Amino acid sequence: MGPHSSPRHLDKTTLGFFLVQVLTGLSSAASLFLVAAGLSLIFGVTRVVNFAHGSFYMLGAYFGLTLVALFGDWFGRGHLSFWSAILCAALVVGAIGALVEMTILRRIYRSPELFQLVATFGVILVIQDLALWGWGPEDKLGPRAPDLRGAVFILGQPLPRYDLVLIAAGPVVLGLLWLLLNRTRFGILVRAATIDREMVGALGVNQAWLFTGVFFLGSFLAGLGGALQLPKGGADLLMDFTVLAGAFVVVVVGGMGSITGAFLAAVLIGQLQAWGVLLLPQSTLVMMFLVMAVVLVVRPFGLLGRPELVGHGRQMLDDPLRPTSWRFKGLVLLLVLGLAAAPLYLGTYGLVLLIDILILALFATALHAIIGPGGLVSFGHAAFFGGGAYAAALLVKYAGTPMALNLVLAPPAAALLAIVIGWFCVRLSGVYFAMLTLAFAQIVWSVVFQWGEVTGGDDGILGLWRAPWVRGRIAYYYLVLGCCVAGILALRHGLSSPFGYALRAGRDSPLRAEAIGIDVRRQQWAAFTLSGAFAGLAGGLYAYSKGSVFPNEMAIVRSFDGIIMVFFGGVQHLSGPLAGAAALTWLKDSLLRLEMWRLLLGLAVIAIVILFPQGIAGFLKQRFGRFVGIRSELSS
Amino acid sequence: MTTRRHLIGLPIASLFAAALVGATSLGPTSLAAETIKIGDINSYTRMAQHTEHAKRGMEMAIAEINDTGGIGGKMIELISRDDAGEPGEAIRVAEELVTREGVSILTGTTLSNVGLAVASFAEQNQVLYLAAEPLADAVTLQSGNRYTFRLRPSTYMQAAMLAELAVDNPAVRWATIAPNYAYGQEAVAAFKAIMSEKRPDIEWVGEQWPALFNIDAGAEVQALSAAEPDAIFNVTFGADLARFVREGADRGLFENTFVASLLTGEPEYIDPLEDEAPVDWLVTGYPWDIIDDPAYVEWLDAYRARFDDYPRIGSIVGYNAILALGAALEVTGGSTDVEALIEAMRTITFDTPQGELEFRAIDHQATLGAWVGYTTLIDGRGTMRDWYYAPGADYLPPEEMVARLRPASD
Repeated sequence: MGPHSSPRHLDKTTLGFFLVQVLTGLSSAASLFLVAAGLSLIFGVTRVVNFAHGSFYMLGAYFGLTLVALFGDWFGRGHLSFWSAILCAALVVGAIGALVEMTILRRIYRSPELFQLVATFGVILVIQDLALWGWGPEDKLGPRAPDLRGAVFILGQPLPRYDLVLIAAGPVVLGLLWLLLNRTRFGILVRAATIDREMVGALGVNQAWLFTGVFFLGSFLAGLGGALQLPKGGADLLMDFTVLAGAFVVVVVGGMGSITGAFLAAVLIGQLQAWGVLLLPQSTLVMMFLVMAVVLVVRPFGLLGRPELVGHGRQMLDDPLRPTSWRFKGLVLLLVLGLAAAPLYLGTYGLVLLIDILILALFATALHAIIGPGGLVSFGHAAFFGGGAYAAALLVKYAGTPMALNLVLAPPAAALLAIVIGWFCVRLSGVYFAMLTLAFAQIVWSVVFQWGEVTGGDDGILGLWRAPWVRGRIAYYYLVLGCCVAGILALRHGLSSPFGYALRAGRDSPLRAEAIGIDVRRQQWAAFTLSGAFAGLAGGLYAYSKGSVFPNEMAIVRSFDGIIMVFFGGVQHLSGPLAGAAALTWLKDSLLRLEMWRLLLGLAVIAIVILFPQGIAGFLKQRFGRFVGIRSELSS
Repeated sequence: MTTRRHLIGLPIASLFAAALVGATSLGPTSLAAETIKIGDINSYTRMAQHTEHAKRGMEMAIAEINDTGGIGGKMIELISRDDAGEPGEAIRVAEELVTREGVSILTGTTLSNVGLAVASFAEQNQVLYLAAEPLADAVTLQSGNRYTFRLRPSTYMQAAMLAELAVDNPAVRWATIAPNYAYGQEAVAAFKAIMSEKRPDIEWVGEQWPALFNIDAGAEVQALSAAEPDAIFNVTFGADLARFVREGADRGLFENTFVASLLTGEPEYIDPLEDEAPVDWLVTGYPWDIIDDPAYVEWLDAYRARFDDYPRIGSIVGYNAILALGAALEVTGGSTDVEALIEAMRTITFDTPQGELEFRAIDHQATLGAWVGYTTLIDGRGTMRDWYYAPGADYLPPEEMVARLRPASD
């Protein structure tokens, strides 16, 4: 690889090449725009962060595939048959979206904000298994659009014919949406609800149908995006997740709730991807997230977004903290004693599972500190979990330091990362904060993933041997138990101290908190760092429990796992993350060996979410709280 | 409201019941004494298109062994678990298999990083592990250990098979495209090294690194054609490959350009391309229906009769993995003592539909090969022409390379 070979000879940088490059970027923006527009609409009106949006996109592709074949058999393979099949696929997906809203989400709108995302996570799992069951495991090649095979030549450069359709689709859909939102009663209501939902409800608009309608429209757009990309590729079972991150980025860069913003963002990202691939081929993993980070740092509400209105949307009200009763303390002591005695009554595997549960409980508790009392939802906490794990692993690999030292150094390393990331993030709030943390986590992940010489890339770092005194599983279990109990108690203590009160004051009323002299941002920054440190400890323990570390530990999925545990357990309760981590890990482990375990797990998650809209801990407190001398003032 | 909750309560209660049953009923059973348990870890949900066929292959081999009386009077029992494509999950599943199911042999695994994680687990817990599918060179080289063996030809070996024919092509300007992760990087590095050594005149004019399963095909093809290569080395596969092939065909990238492509001839990847499968690409693969070796044909007929479906490369890998373990167990007389098994694995030769295979003692790499040839279309379906079976023994990493990379262990 000589020095002359790596920079591209752009002797093709003629006008034609330039033009086709731009058009290529525009065409790849189209699907992204459709998916993102739907996501943005749904969030704007219902405040639901719909993780299942990628699944609707995938369903659009699969239904498109089936319907194109079916209509082809019935009506011949002409234009009318093909395009009506694409449209019908999108309509079917829209109906599925509406169904999900009516049967699941409608029941939990009264839950704390963002709780609904746990239900959409359940929907993802269900759809994954149903798609596998319905369409089989093989990748499917998409049908070609009639008469649109091959390329047109633009100034001598080829551009696939179908790209022209996609390039047109973006502005056309944008125009139609504009008409719908600005020229129809439905559109006026949607816009009004995006700005002030309570007021729309107070004026007598039936919110239930408005929400269902928006879900239909949003899912329809996702389905359309999936079906329209068929002639460029096809359908496969991994497309739900691959599109999701991109769609979130576009929504946030454009500004949540802004359709035009989403279009601009899709075009911007399409162009940057196309040129990035050409000029910096290694940039494919990180480009999108770099763009998002830069945009959010410069324009905290995206290109065309508005600041989120303070005081609207559901506040996360939780019971005021009061000293724990003796009976509750007794219960906690019993629990700890029960855990300490676990090696007596649990088999070795039971301990292995408990180690996982304890570590994840520590991770979730750390995350909860910033989500619950801090009021800031972090979508990127895997960066600190993985950061701690990698700190330990890199120390072993390059310094050969002993395990105890590495476990001590993991939290400060993660905290250092949190200080840097937090400095940027605490300027924002709400979903923008969440997405900026996600962007930074992705950037950290891609550095670890790509920097193979140092981090081992996705081959990870192997051979993390535990010190001889904890080589055995029982010994290591006690180490984990000690660290996790101490960590969780320390976090609880911190949140019950003046530090925690000041943090909660900043969440509940930033203006008043500032007025009495609390530096809200600095308080949040400190809490974010603290939370990162404990996540790092969990990561370090995890690394040594598995004996190896991989970039998966800092991937989006791990962050989402944490979020889901926190909300699943009950975000308003300090014991919520414990309950969430235990319930989810245990459920998953029990179902994993069954066929279609994702379907079962998804259904279980959805059922629990509907049954316990305050989370598991919320339910327990409501039901049994009085037995241990704690009562809830927020119940019902 | 209460009635509604009760209605929901019923299915959830049954779910928990199912979970409990699942958790308790699968504990160690009295059968344990009479069966040899093999633990199979695979990405059954994440990579379903591979693992389904691998499992069939394993089931078939086990049925054949058990139908002839098992090994040393003991039946073989396969216990399969899903790792969801996550190394961390795979480790927990491995712990579960070892501690709760009493498994003493692990096999399966699809993804390279899962394979590496399990290899590390095997070393730390002293369990025999046969990595059936993972391709990463590190499994037997940089991260190799005495407990880990690998069946499938590694990335290096497959790249070497392609390079052998690719050097004869007069193309001078080569570009590469590979998914942006370890397998892609290793494959490109190995191919470049072998090619440049044999043909110092080759000029590497571009490298493209699309994100795995998220290729921006239009932009990648544009970038490749901007480099004006005479030849392209492709490592993309799965959904990425379909997008790359379509976009490249539409934009005329492959006209007058020679393409060497890893794994593209395997039915897992060429079949989904239907009548748009590329033609005249030099590939490694598996032309399952035109191999005419009698032993293979007999196996093929049995496979098709049993499953009413044709085999994929995963079927071969799964089947041969069990044959290898069966042969080793035959030597130990059904004993699952790990030291005895390692000794046996190093010395056995076992008879497969692909001929006699063995594991090289110095790096535990099996001599299973791959089929090399050119892609073609027959009756609107992609397959291979002018193919031959490249025996793995001829392409093993040089001993000097093993000595340099593999950590010293006995």
